[in-house]
Amino acid sequence: MGAFDRERLAMLVQPDRVHRSVYADPAIFELEMARIFGRAWLVLGHASQVREAGDYFTTRMGREPVIVVRHEDGSVRVLVNRCAHRGSTVCAEGRGNIERFVCPYHGWSYDRGGQLRAMPFESGYDAGKPRDLGLRPVPRVAVYRGFIFASLAGSGPSLEDFLGPARASFDDLVDRAPEGELEVAGGVFKHVYNGNWKLTLENHLDGAHPAWVHASSVAVARGAPDPGPPGAEHYFDIAVRQMRQNGAPDAVWEAIGVWTTPFGHGYLGDYHNDDRLVAGLGNPVFAEYHRALAAKLGEAEAKRILGVTLWNTIIYPNCSFMSQFRQLRIVHPLAVDRSVVYTYSFRMKQAPPQMFRDTVAFANVVNGTASWVLTDDLEVYERVQRGFSSGAVEWLNIGRGHGRDVDEANGTRRGGSGTSEVYIRAQMRAWLDYMTAGA
Amino acid sequence: MPGEIEKFLYHEAHLLDAQRLEEWLELFTEDATYWVPLEQGQSDPLETSSIIHDDRTLLELRVKQARHPRAHARRPMARTVHQVGNVRLLEESEGELRVASTLVLVEFRAERQRVWGGLVEHRLRSAGATYRIAHKRIDLVSSEGELDGIAILF
Repeated sequence: MGAFDRERLAMLVQPDRVHRSVYADPAIFELEMARIFGRAWLVLGHASQVREAGDYFTTRMGREPVIVVRHEDGSVRVLVNRCAHRGSTVCAEGRGNIERFVCPYHGWSYDRGGQLRAMPFESGYDAGKPRDLGLRPVPRVAVYRGFIFASLAGSGPSLEDFLGPARASFDDLVDRAPEGELEVAGGVFKHVYNGNWKLTLENHLDGAHPAWVHASSVAVARGAPDPGPPGAEHYFDIAVRQMRQNGAPDAVWEAIGVWTTPFGHGYLGDYHNDDRLVAGLGNPVFAEYHRALAAKLGEAEAKRILGVTLWNTIIYPNCSFMSQFRQLRIVHPLAVDRSVVYTYSFRMKQAPPQMFRDTVAFANVVNGTASWVLTDDLEVYERVQRGFSSGAVEWLNIGRGHGRDVDEANGTRRGGSGTSEVYIRAQMRAWLDYMTAGA
Repeated sequence: MPGEIEKFLYHEAHLLDAQRLEEWLELFTEDATYWVPLEQGQSDPLETSSIIHDDRTLLELRVKQARHPRAHARRPMARTVHQVGNVRLLEESEGELRVASTLVLVEFRAERQRVWGGLVEHRLRSAGATYRIAHKRIDLVSSEGELDGIAILF
């Protein structure tokens, strides 16, 4: 590891190009797990997944297996899913409600705070000796508007500082729900690809790729029957609309706003307003939802909330989400050239039921493992990763719009146009900051 | 010799393996649904996501996408063997047959071979001397797992 000192790492990430080893070298990947996934705030899930004391779900922080559990004191705890004795995971993959985590190997049992409560054959140890062993708690856990974050590092920026201006995207997601009530629902897609974890984060704000990667689904959707008029919608409308939207003219993609924030986050805006989705089409369900929101908050506030035009948002290094159809994806690196992405849908509890059915249909077409859209993204990630195996060509280019980025308030930076690669440059700056901190 | 139902299911499987997708699509009724649930024992395709939940319009888009020259994940198309077994007639009513079967599918593409297992249910309607498919449901044993992208039809 000593080989990757500050100077060497800084050589790999330059303003408009990145060395292929950043995506392909297993030694760099190991360093990323320690210095990025071992330090940053990571999105783990949502409070609705652990409502009651004892509710838990398992997930990963980087490659670290963890349990997220609601403690009887009301707090959310995150525990490393590894027995202090012989190292087995104490909790099977999945979710449920539990009083004690009991290791399947020798029966050591731990409470919801991770403290060792009981063990068979305790007489084999000096009195009191093993009681200081426990499930290792992840040192920092914080919740922002219902979203659970944790960091494996004992110190670092607060969650609020880490999110910075990107908090607005979470606010948008939550504000749209009447009374702010969101819940994870509708199943979780888990899609894997033979490519580096960063490829997903570099794709979700990329307005230059849909016309090419998604050419085939754009073409078939254009040939499909047109969506029905208000009140006479078809089941297929959401899929057809979404696939057609990827074929928007170049001028539309150029006009989208793309911003970055400190710590590598980024978001799109100024495009995906509800008029382009359902509201402006006179959809009676959306009108009913708008009335429900206005009844709680007043018409002016409802209009303000629905007028926010934030779109895809990346929270570096492990999350991507969007508020209009309430989709959130968490990226888990598995190896330098293999990653898995978990995708979640959210239900607004007090909105018309049809809105969640639309969310489910949207998830199927965009995030489904057999989707017309996602499968072509995954294919391209794998082709990019194969390209990285070339030693004859060392660099990849991240220079579109370089030199035209505009610094704005609160540390945000805006791309000169909607297809600027400003978001990749911001991610790479954050990458270098994490990788060289203390090096 | 196999009975009429088996013959029909074998024919359907053969059309997929021979990549005669347009002929395969014609086996489905205009009001057909094609469903690959995401969750085990999933009862509802509208409130919970599905790996595939298509009406006839969307199913047709899958077939057309497979033929598009820039369908990156589908060109070349995966080669497959659909092995149909354990065919059982579950119910016969109002001109429809409900038929259960098992599917073992081997897929090869881009130097990778994958094996799928599924429990299948067809709803078949008589159409002259043969049948048409009003509904097909495939419950993959791996549906809840971490899966690479799926660009084949079951």
